[in-house]
Amino acid sequence: MLRYVIRRLLLIIPTMFFVALITFTLAHATPGSPFDRNENKPLPQATIDRLNRYYGVDQPIPVQFVTYIGNLLRGDLGLSFTKGRPVADIIGQGIGTSAQLGVQALLLALAFSIPLGIISALKQNTAADYVSLMFATVGTTIPSFVIAIFLIYIFGVTLRFFPITGWGTWQNEVMPTVVLALGPGAFLTRITRASMLEAIKQDYVRTARGKGLSERVVVVGHVLKNALIPIATIIGPATAALITGSFVIESLFNVPGVGRLFVISIEQRDYPTIMSTTMLYAFLIMIANITVDILYGVLDPRIKVA
Amino acid sequence: MATTLTTEQRRSIGSRLERKQRSLWGDALRRLLRNRAAVVGLAVIGFAAFVAVFAGVLAPYDPIAQDPPKQLMEPIWTKAFGGKYTDPAFLLGSDALGRDMLSRLMYGSRIGLVVGFVPVTIIFFIGMSVGMLAGYLGGWVDNFLMRLTDVIYAFPDLLFVIIIVAMLRSTSAGDVMGGLLVIFVGIAVVNWVGLARLVRGQVLSIKHREFVEAARAVGASPIWIMTRHIFPNILAPVIVSVAFAIPGALLTEATLSFIGIGIKPPTPSLGTMIADGFVVFSTTPWPVLLPALCISVLLLAFTFVGDGLRDALDPRSST
Repeated sequence: MLRYVIRRLLLIIPTMFFVALITFTLAHATPGSPFDRNENKPLPQATIDRLNRYYGVDQPIPVQFVTYIGNLLRGDLGLSFTKGRPVADIIGQGIGTSAQLGVQALLLALAFSIPLGIISALKQNTAADYVSLMFATVGTTIPSFVIAIFLIYIFGVTLRFFPITGWGTWQNEVMPTVVLALGPGAFLTRITRASMLEAIKQDYVRTARGKGLSERVVVVGHVLKNALIPIATIIGPATAALITGSFVIESLFNVPGVGRLFVISIEQRDYPTIMSTTMLYAFLIMIANITVDILYGVLDPRIKVA
Repeated sequence: MATTLTTEQRRSIGSRLERKQRSLWGDALRRLLRNRAAVVGLAVIGFAAFVAVFAGVLAPYDPIAQDPPKQLMEPIWTKAFGGKYTDPAFLLGSDALGRDMLSRLMYGSRIGLVVGFVPVTIIFFIGMSVGMLAGYLGGWVDNFLMRLTDVIYAFPDLLFVIIIVAMLRSTSAGDVMGGLLVIFVGIAVVNWVGLARLVRGQVLSIKHREFVEAARAVGASPIWIMTRHIFPNILAPVIVSVAFAIPGALLTEATLSFIGIGIKPPTPSLGTMIADGFVVFSTTPWPVLLPALCISVLLLAFTFVGDGLRDALDPRSST
C-alpha cells in the first residue's frame, strides 16, 4: 500500500511536466506578441521590444521553457503580463474565495444528493423516485450557466431575493453556491441511487433481513454502509466539475476567484497566469484522483490496489 | 396408412411456423422505439435538424441583419400581459442590435447541430482506429496510448479544450468558418482519447474469444479480423459513448461561446446569443431566456436518446 501511494505520488512529477510542456507550447507557438493586443493603437516597436525583453519572451521558446521550469522549481511563477505583479500573488488573492465557494458547493451537494439518492432507491419506481431522477437528469444535462440564468431571472430579477453579482455578503454567496452545487449534486444523486440499488440486491442484505433485523438497521447498517463506497469515487469527477464550473459561475456572478482569473487571462493572453492556473488545476485533479484510488482501497478491502 | 403429407400441406405448415428473422440490431431498434423519452428525443432532434437544414428558407430574416429602431422587441405573446414593446414582424422579438430572434435561433441551432455531429464523427474515427490497433496489436502503440491518456486525463476536459481553442483562435485557422474549425479541433483532440480507451478495453476483452481465435486459425489477416470480427462486436458500447459525446460537444461549444472564446460574431450560436443577451438581461430577459431554453431542450433530447440507446443496446445495464 505504501509503495503504491509513493509510486502514484511520484508519477505526479512527469505528468505535471507534460502538462506544463503542452500548455507552454500551445501558448507560445501561436504567432504575435502578447503586447500587440490593441490593433487600433499599436505600441511603438521599441516599447514592444522592451516589454518582450523585460518578460523574457524575446528568447527562443525552448530557452523560455527551461527558464520557466527553473523558476517554477524555485517557487517563482513569473510576472503577469497584464498586471505586472507576481502571478503567485494574484492567484493567492483569489484562491481563498474559490476554495470557499468550492467547499460550500460540495457540502451543499452532499447534503441534498445523498438523502435524495437514498430515498429514490428505497422507493424505487414511485413518484419520489421519478422526481429525483428527473432532477438528476436535468442537473447533469443542462449546463450550469443556463440553470444560473433561469435562477437569476427568477430570484434576482423578478423576486429580487438575491443580488445578481458580487461576493462578500451571504446574500451574494447563495446563488453561485447553489448553481455550482447543482451539477455535482445531480451526478451524485445518480451514483447514490445506482449504488444503493446494487447493494440492496446483495446476499448479505437478504441475510440481515432473514435474521430479523429491523428495516432501519438493515438500511443504515448494511445497505448504506456498502453503498457509500462507490460514492467516494466521485471525489475525482466532482473536483473536476467544481473547477470547470467555477470558470463560468465566477465569471457570471463576478466572483473574484481563480476561475474568473483564468477566464480573464485567457481573453488577455496572459501566458504566465494561464500556465500557473492550469498547473494548479491539473495538480488538484491529480491529487483528487489519487485520493479516490487510495480511499477506495481503504474502504473496500475486496479491492486490491496494485 | 402412415401419415404422409403432401407438398402443399408441408408448405402451409411451414408458412405458419415461420418467423420473421430478427437481428440483434432490429431488437435494439424495437427496444429503443418502445422507450417514450427516447422517441420524444428523436422527434425533437428530427425537428431541430429540419429547421437547421432549411434555416435559409424558413428564417423570416437574415440572422445578422440589424434593424436599429427595432431593438429589444419582446416576443408577441407578451402583448397579452401588457407588454408594450412588441412588433408582429418579430414573432420572438429582437436582440439588442435589432436582429430577429427567431431567425437567429434557427441559425443558432444549425451551428449547434454541426458542432454536435462533426467533432463526434472525427472522435469516432480516430478513437476507433487507435483503440483497435492498441488493443489488438498491443506493443508500443498500446504503451504510447496509455501514457498519452494519463497526461490528458490530468487536465479537466473543458480546461484543455479552452486552452487549445484560446491559443489556436489567434492563428489564421481561428477565422475559418467563424471559429468553428478550431472548436472542432479542440473538442476532437481532447475527447478521442476517452473513446480509444473504451475501444481498447473492449478489444482486450474479446480478442481471445473463440470466434477470433477461429478466424486467426484459418489465416485471416489482422485487418480482416479487426474490421469483420471485432468491430461489429464492440460497436454497441461505442455507439452509446458516441451518443453521449454529442450533447457533450454541444455543451462545450456553448460554454466556450459564453466565456467569449467560441464562435466569432456575427455568426449566431446559442452560446454567443446567451452571452450577448446577458448584458441587457435585467431589463429584457428574452434574448437570453429563448436560446437558453433552446439549448436545454436540445441537450435533454440528446441525453434521452443516449439513455434509450444504452438501455436498448445493453439490456442488462438498465438502471
